Amino acid sequence: MNLYKGYEMVIGLEVHIELKTKTKIFCSCSTEFGAQPNMHTCPVCMGLPGVLPVLNRKVVDYAVMAGLATNCTIARFSKQDRKNYFYPDLPKAYQISQYDLPLCEHGYLDIETSDGSKRIGITRIHIEEDAGKLVHDEKFGTMIDCNRCGVPLIEIVSEPDIRSAEEAKAYLQKLRAVILYTGVSDCKMQEGSMRCDVNLSVRKAGEKEFGTRTEMKNINSFQFVVKAIEYEYKRQVDAIEAGETVIQETRRFDPDTGKTYAMRSKENANDYRYFPDPDLPPIELTDDEIHELGLRIPELPDARKARYISDFGLSAYDAEMLTADKYLADYFENVAAFTSYKKLAANLLLGEFTKLNTAEYFECPVEPKSFAALADLVGNETINSSTAKKLATRMWNDGIDPEEAVTSEGLEQINDTSVLTELAKKAIDASPKSVADYKKGKASAFKAIIGAAMGMSGGKANPAKLSSIAEEMLNSSK
Amino acid sequence: MSELTNRSVTRHIKALADGEYSSAELTAEFLKEIEKTDGHIGAYLLTDTVGALNAAEASDKRRSAGCLLSCIDGIPAGIKDNICTKGVRTTCASKMLEDYVPPYDATVITKLKDSGFVMLGKLNMDEFAMGSSTENSAFKITKNPVDVSRVPGGSSGGSAAAVAAGEAAYTLGSDTGGSIRQPASFCGVVGMKPTYGRVSRYGLVAFASSLDQIGPITRTVCDNAIILNAVAGHDERDATSLDIQTGNFSRLIGKSIAGITIGLPDEFFGDGLDDDVRRCVLDAAKAYESMGAKIVSVSMPSVKHALAAYYVISSAEASSNLARFDGVRYGYRAKSFDDVAGLYLSSRSEGFGKEVKRRIMLGTFALSSGYYDAYYKKALQVRSLVKADFDSIFHKCDAILSPVAPTAAYRIGEKTSDPLAMYLGDAYSVPVNIAGIPALSLPCGKNAEGLPVGMQLMGKDFTEDLLYQLGAAFEAEKGEQI
Repeated sequence: MNLYKGYEMVIGLEVHIELKTKTKIFCSCSTEFGAQPNMHTCPVCMGLPGVLPVLNRKVVDYAVMAGLATNCTIARFSKQDRKNYFYPDLPKAYQISQYDLPLCEHGYLDIETSDGSKRIGITRIHIEEDAGKLVHDEKFGTMIDCNRCGVPLIEIVSEPDIRSAEEAKAYLQKLRAVILYTGVSDCKMQEGSMRCDVNLSVRKAGEKEFGTRTEMKNINSFQFVVKAIEYEYKRQVDAIEAGETVIQETRRFDPDTGKTYAMRSKENANDYRYFPDPDLPPIELTDDEIHELGLRIPELPDARKARYISDFGLSAYDAEMLTADKYLADYFENVAAFTSYKKLAANLLLGEFTKLNTAEYFECPVEPKSFAALADLVGNETINSSTAKKLATRMWNDGIDPEEAVTSEGLEQINDTSVLTELAKKAIDASPKSVADYKKGKASAFKAIIGAAMGMSGGKANPAKLSSIAEEMLNSSK
Repeated sequence: MSELTNRSVTRHIKALADGEYSSAELTAEFLKEIEKTDGHIGAYLLTDTVGALNAAEASDKRRSAGCLLSCIDGIPAGIKDNICTKGVRTTCASKMLEDYVPPYDATVITKLKDSGFVMLGKLNMDEFAMGSSTENSAFKITKNPVDVSRVPGGSSGGSAAAVAAGEAAYTLGSDTGGSIRQPASFCGVVGMKPTYGRVSRYGLVAFASSLDQIGPITRTVCDNAIILNAVAGHDERDATSLDIQTGNFSRLIGKSIAGITIGLPDEFFGDGLDDDVRRCVLDAAKAYESMGAKIVSVSMPSVKHALAAYYVISSAEASSNLARFDGVRYGYRAKSFDDVAGLYLSSRSEGFGKEVKRRIMLGTFALSSGYYDAYYKKALQVRSLVKADFDSIFHKCDAILSPVAPTAAYRIGEKTSDPLAMYLGDAYSVPVNIAGIPALSLPCGKNAEGLPVGMQLMGKDFTEDLLYQLGAAFEAEKGEQI
């Protein structure tokens, strides 16, 4: 990490994740995304006079699973508190959240960055209800959609252990992967089921004291998180260097300009007047209940990654890339069940298919068995990798069968030494300049010669064999 | 007051069963009485003549078909106006909710409907149940039927006055710090504040969630137990409602009270207590002694802090509970404002009355950062002390006897200029809410001016049946047959 003017950044992240329960946290309304405005509401989530909240126990179960998956200690006794503030999207004028006794505490996640692995502490995870949404309309003015009121959330607060945008991104990716594996949330940033607040301060490298932090709220993509951090880091450093003081305030990141703007300062900040919600009894959990919930957590990314390295011989990087997206990893496992060329399958998957995927998560139209056949074709040297890449694209886009295409289109790799020798000879004869360069010791000239030979073969030559034949021919004629 | 509307629920049950009159006739009689009387009593904010008569006719049909829903099927009642009634305006006696019509029924209303409910109308109260005289209603003053120059007490003043004036066979009130018991005492009727969690709060517009409890106001102790039977019970819509069997609250009525120990706490008979009230309550103690109960003197040292703790806790909770009345979705909205903050400010300033605003300010202050520990947290500590005091007393005795209020009903306007004097009147009733225990208020005599004096029987959690037993025994010993 290069330091800017000798300052380091200190980052803590607050991540809100919507839990995938069927019903809301305090009533039986549906949590489904995308309904007509206010169709998923009732007197309870609308906060009408006289209604009372009753906790959906599934919310506790899911939050505990998230806590266990992020190595947290689970509270045997916790409570829910009211966070009081006025806003039109908050029908009760308080949000039911957790203040001093959260459900989960003292967890961590291990992340991989270019500097190696690092442990990021998780301060706490608590449950709370989501607020509604304001819809601004030119004709009707501002309207309120309460469908989201009462959708259950967990807020995951990290320790200020993050020191770069890269680490922040790695942490968010890891967190998303872990939560996704537990199945308690979809973590779809596009639909707002995962949202991130960034707390950032700067200090001279080596200093112990924290600087004054600013908070950037509700950033909804990893890319924007990175941009916001990079901008805010420099902004704070420049401010300090210019003799100004950083003000503790909430700032808004504008994706269009890539800049952050002040929203409200601490002086105008709300005093939320937290107090225990008298409508809700404390949440109590037994060791047995916590143990049971632990059993419901499937294999997590780190364990899968280790298994891919040890059982399939994948590199740590490839294993990390595959396991970062649960759906990609699941697909990979389905492919791996049909082929013995698992490493080749992983390369093809990460090389071609992840580029073709445009969805937030890996969604593949190709049957795993069909993809496994492609890996086999490469593994048993029936086709070369450049053919495989082309086939992969056509499998994704057009749904072709790779074996059928190879047979009907004659895409088999050319392994016949005499044919390859002929190709090499033709290429050498056709490229006198490259040959001259090669003889002068220019390595890239060799690639040009092989490229020409490959071209003459229609891309079907076995590249390894072709190379060794060509090399021998060139060296013998030196 | 017509003889018919002056009868107990118990007698209506028998008369309806005997065919002496129908529910429709009885309901018409009550509506006639309301028409005649309520102009100068002012108990009702709304009467639902058509709804009541239709419900009564439906009840009569069930009766002739032999499929009554319960023993109180067809007996007309009134409901405090902070209990939500589907399709019927529920105002909390506040300008804020002047036109508010709930889209759902409170659980107690659903339960009464399942028992054959005939609702006469909605009853006046102090705005959002904040007050002790019903003078804080945004709409009207309710007068004490015993002496119309006096207050009926509060906040359930309309509920108590309606029963006392023969304008309802029974009513429901709510009690956060004495709001059922004190008006019952002022009007000479019977009121029960059940154990916290005994009756569902779902649909009761919250004042102070940890203290609020719905309860019946009736002419007799026996009636009260009958109504509590109908409205009590676990409700999955209220997480604080108790998931225990309720049993029959009348089951001990008529059994001998010999051997029962009743404690008289010194602190409830000290300075500030009116002499007539003291005399009446001590006479009641003597009556119990004569029936074989054992009277012992007990002490509740924490009670002197209870009132302050009550006002901190109830106001803190109220400040949060009433925040939803912001003019955005329903209720009063100011005519002019510049922005969202202005909408809140003007709507709340104009929609709430003086006392409600006072409590919101008090509660907001108590919860504010930097003051929380000194006020709210301290009040919760007092709450634990009060509970501990009651626990230790209930090791020594089965029930506690005390006055409900330091005086009988005072004159309208007498205390409105001095909120603190008004608050002091709650000193005997609030410890019960703070501890969550049940307490029964029933008449125990008259003062020199002929005004009713009430006494309060307190029991440990879930002993409503014992309190009814004690209350009914006293009533049988002293009371007239109604």
